[in-house]
Amino acid sequence: MARAEVRKTYKLFIGGEFPRSESGHSYVVEDAQGRFVANAALASRKDARDAVSAARKAFGGWAGRTAYNRGQVLYRVAEVMEDRRPQFVEALRQGEGLTAAAAGRVLDETIDRLVWYAGWTDKLTQVVGNANPVAGPFFNLSTPEPTGVVAVIAPQESSLLGLVSVLAPVIAAGNAVVVTASVLRPLAAVTFSEVLATSDVPGGVVNILTGSLDRTAVTLASHMDVNAIDLTGLAGDPAQAAALEVEAAANLKRVRRAPAVEPDWSAEPGIGRMTDVLETKTVWHPIGV
Amino acid sequence: MTASESSLRRFLHGLPGVDQVGAEQRAASLGTRSIKTTAKAFAIDLAISMVDLTTLEGQDTHGKVRALSAKAIRPDPADPTCPSAAAVCVYPDMVATAKDALGSSGVHVASVATAFPSGRAAMDVKLADTRDAVAAGADEIDMVIDRGAFLSGHYLEVFEEIVAVREACSRTDGQAAHLKVIFETGELQTYDNVRRVSWLAMMAGAHFIKTSTGKVQPAATPPVTMVMLEAVRDYREQTGQMVGVKPAGGIRTSKDAIKYLVMVNEVAGTDWLDPDWFRFGASTLLNDLLMQRTKLATGRYSGPDYFTLD
Amino acid sequence: MASTRSTTARAFEYAPAPESRSIVDIAPSYGLFVGGEFVDGHGKSFKTISPSSEEVLAEIAEADEADVDLAVKAARRAHSRVWGRMPGKERAKYLFRIARIIQERGRELAVLESIDNGKPIKETRDVDVPIAAAHFFYYAGWADKLEYSGYGTESLGVAGQVIPWNFPLLMLSWKIAPALAAGNTVVLKPAETTPLTALLFAEICQQADLPPGVVNIITGAGDTGRALVSHPDVDKVAFTGSTEVGRAIAKAVAGTDKRVTLELGGKAANIVFDDAPLDQAVEGIVNGIFFNQGHVCCAGSRLLVQESVADEVLARLKRRMATLRLGDPLDKNTDVGAINSAEQLAKIRELSEIGEQEGAERWSAPCELPDHGFWFPPTVFTGVTQAHRIAREEIFGPVLSVLTFRTPAEAIEKANNTPYGLSAGVWTDKGSRILKMANALRAGVVWANTFNKFDPTSPFGGYKESGYGREGGRHGLAAYLKGGHA
Repeated sequence: MARAEVRKTYKLFIGGEFPRSESGHSYVVEDAQGRFVANAALASRKDARDAVSAARKAFGGWAGRTAYNRGQVLYRVAEVMEDRRPQFVEALRQGEGLTAAAAGRVLDETIDRLVWYAGWTDKLTQVVGNANPVAGPFFNLSTPEPTGVVAVIAPQESSLLGLVSVLAPVIAAGNAVVVTASVLRPLAAVTFSEVLATSDVPGGVVNILTGSLDRTAVTLASHMDVNAIDLTGLAGDPAQAAALEVEAAANLKRVRRAPAVEPDWSAEPGIGRMTDVLETKTVWHPIGV
Repeated sequence: MTASESSLRRFLHGLPGVDQVGAEQRAASLGTRSIKTTAKAFAIDLAISMVDLTTLEGQDTHGKVRALSAKAIRPDPADPTCPSAAAVCVYPDMVATAKDALGSSGVHVASVATAFPSGRAAMDVKLADTRDAVAAGADEIDMVIDRGAFLSGHYLEVFEEIVAVREACSRTDGQAAHLKVIFETGELQTYDNVRRVSWLAMMAGAHFIKTSTGKVQPAATPPVTMVMLEAVRDYREQTGQMVGVKPAGGIRTSKDAIKYLVMVNEVAGTDWLDPDWFRFGASTLLNDLLMQRTKLATGRYSGPDYFTLD
Repeated sequence: MASTRSTTARAFEYAPAPESRSIVDIAPSYGLFVGGEFVDGHGKSFKTISPSSEEVLAEIAEADEADVDLAVKAARRAHSRVWGRMPGKERAKYLFRIARIIQERGRELAVLESIDNGKPIKETRDVDVPIAAAHFFYYAGWADKLEYSGYGTESLGVAGQVIPWNFPLLMLSWKIAPALAAGNTVVLKPAETTPLTALLFAEICQQADLPPGVVNIITGAGDTGRALVSHPDVDKVAFTGSTEVGRAIAKAVAGTDKRVTLELGGKAANIVFDDAPLDQAVEGIVNGIFFNQGHVCCAGSRLLVQESVADEVLARLKRRMATLRLGDPLDKNTDVGAINSAEQLAKIRELSEIGEQEGAERWSAPCELPDHGFWFPPTVFTGVTQAHRIAREEIFGPVLSVLTFRTPAEAIEKANNTPYGLSAGVWTDKGSRILKMANALRAGVVWANTFNKFDPTSPFGGYKESGYGREGGRHGLAAYLKGGHA
């Protein structure tokens, strides 16, 4: 007789743990051919709220680590991902309908992107910060600081490369993040969260919610303890994106607007996704005996 | 310099500052000393003899205090060569029980006093608390300073309180209980404050300066204790008087205790490596010291079943 | 008041706490590492010894001119065919691998460095090796971000690099990491008294599958170094060592297209004001001149102490020096290790004798010197003035010269009154004074309320005769990219 396989349960990733939705709801996830794959957790408003809370708790510790340490953690994520190639290739084939070869290329780019961001943590300050030659006997220094808790609506189409491309810059810059995964293609995100959980990433630095956006996105956009929001995942839905931008204005969140269409994730990212979630602090001090 | 509030303040604020990063790095660096074999055995026995075995709980009973006292006299029932602890530390209403249980063993009775741990009570209440403990037979009094007064800059008030409590430590036979002054360094927060309060307490007559009540986090830490060791060293340099140091709270393992002894050794010097001049305020530390002592003697790692829980 | 009675305390003697040597496997002899393999050298081979015991460790090959030429050719081939064209993100991943392997073999590297150099295992374990790994990590991340460096993205080609014996592995990482990140290939010559960690590094390059010829390690002494820096096909020369040799190199490359960076000697002033956090200042003084046995180009070898606190500072300093433990570098409790060579020991002794003759007062920490090996106790000279040779010449040993000053202006004047300009220290509780001093001091690195701090992100290098160019940080890439300055 054929062996029955042990099928995985797809849960949320909050505070370094894998809870089900507090609502108890789930939804059906299908593969690229429309076949049933799994029941994934359908995150609720309360889950989103809990995720923000976990992110806020983790933020101080993460931002307080040395940039070198954050870089090493991100590099470790890449190491662990590389070690799990077959698992991710399978997730991409299933979720995005890619061939094995195409999935392999996407995975290569994803891992290389993580490595790229790992190398930014201790260089950003040198590139965007500087001393300022003010016209007076004052030492004057401008340095970037992470803004805090960032909400990210991850891309709908590119469920792994796109996910990592929006998530890595935020944490490389020292923030904690709450991410809503691609609605129809959430499974790569859940597998990725398993990598995060085993890669020295402190619990709460990354939180991943699966499910439809109508519950979670509004909660995140209107939450007064979220400092910034990235609406990339609403590409092609300008009405919803605009509505969320209005919500975000309540506490003057920094907003990264949704593009008209989902970007080409293979292109060089630039540093915009990091600088969007950085504040600049300028300090003065007199120079005198 | 204690003539007035302002001259006391000028003196204390004129002491050299403490650079936080430098102090913490020196303390951490001392913590990397590798203490093995004979040095470790020496340190463990010394540490055991320096423990003020402590119980300061609302739920303390006479039975508990008797059990603790027996443990202090003979920490390892299976090994009579193991040194006794230095003292038992209890609340004032338990002093008589401890005194009775400790008999002529040489283990001292230390009592907290002055509305421990908060110190928030009227002066005469705090002094009565002290006198009660002394009358019941306490050899040592661990008082708390008024942190509110200190943090709001009323140094003279803090000073005068210590002087008054020291006065209340005198016994009818002409002797006096020794006074330890607890700073609650976790509330004072900066190393500059720790340096200043150390000098203030020493000038007011403290026999010992002590980090914490153990009821507030953080309690004792290596860098805080290091600043206090520097203070007693400098004080002796200036006045010829020796004052003891007691870190209390948060010291759980032999490894921790040994790090402190290294610090005493290299910062204050050999003279302080004695229970008369250095104590550990601890409860769970003792069993870990006993386990390490057994491991050194037998070569085997031990387990909790082999040591008494009191 | 408090009691004055004496105590029955017994001294706390630390038992020996040796780090095991078993992790290290030193071969009887070593060749040169060229084109990804170990090959024979054709010069006159020499021995490397352990300076703490004078034990012979291994026989080392000497690269003659022909060997140097082969190495440069291998580096050139690797640059034009492989490394110079490789996308930055691929180069990055090789450098990350190397960083990781240094971490994985960290204890082995630390023990080997201690044995070959004479410095304490506590330092190699906690400072040299971790910072070396961090340099590779840091520069790995620049390899694919050169467009953000401010110096363009074009590499120079082949770098000839000569490093000193005081921080062998660390200096190797300071040279190789940025060079490779920027797309260059290298030929590196370690110092003749400390080749072993460089040779182990060659093995690490093999373990990382670094393409052959990207890193070449050629051992030898002055002749090998000269042949390397004057080789016509070397595009870039990087040297750390004495000002004397640095001057010779600057002359040798004159009129060529070779780019040069030099990191040379120093005679740094460590300035202590009357409001300094005293205990930490004393730590900073001790660290500044006795760390690494004083074999540090940026050592705080001149203490400039404000006259009003001079006696107190000296008293605390001497008391602190008495707790320094000198001895077996592999003992985990050793603070002060061996002097690197008989030659260096002779220099230190000579200059110390001169110090006494010049009228300064000499005091050494009481310590027992082992019978074998090269040793010098931590020493302080007081009553030193600017005119004394021991205030001007780099001793490169655990010898501190103490001078006094009255005002900030005088401190600045004295601190700057030297042909050197590598580093300086300032100790005061006043922020504006720190910044004023930092502004006025002609030194490439100013440490305020700290000393001898190094980080891969922080540029390091000197003014004046302490050399030119910076290593570390974004600025450290300038030396290895066409768009950077000389």
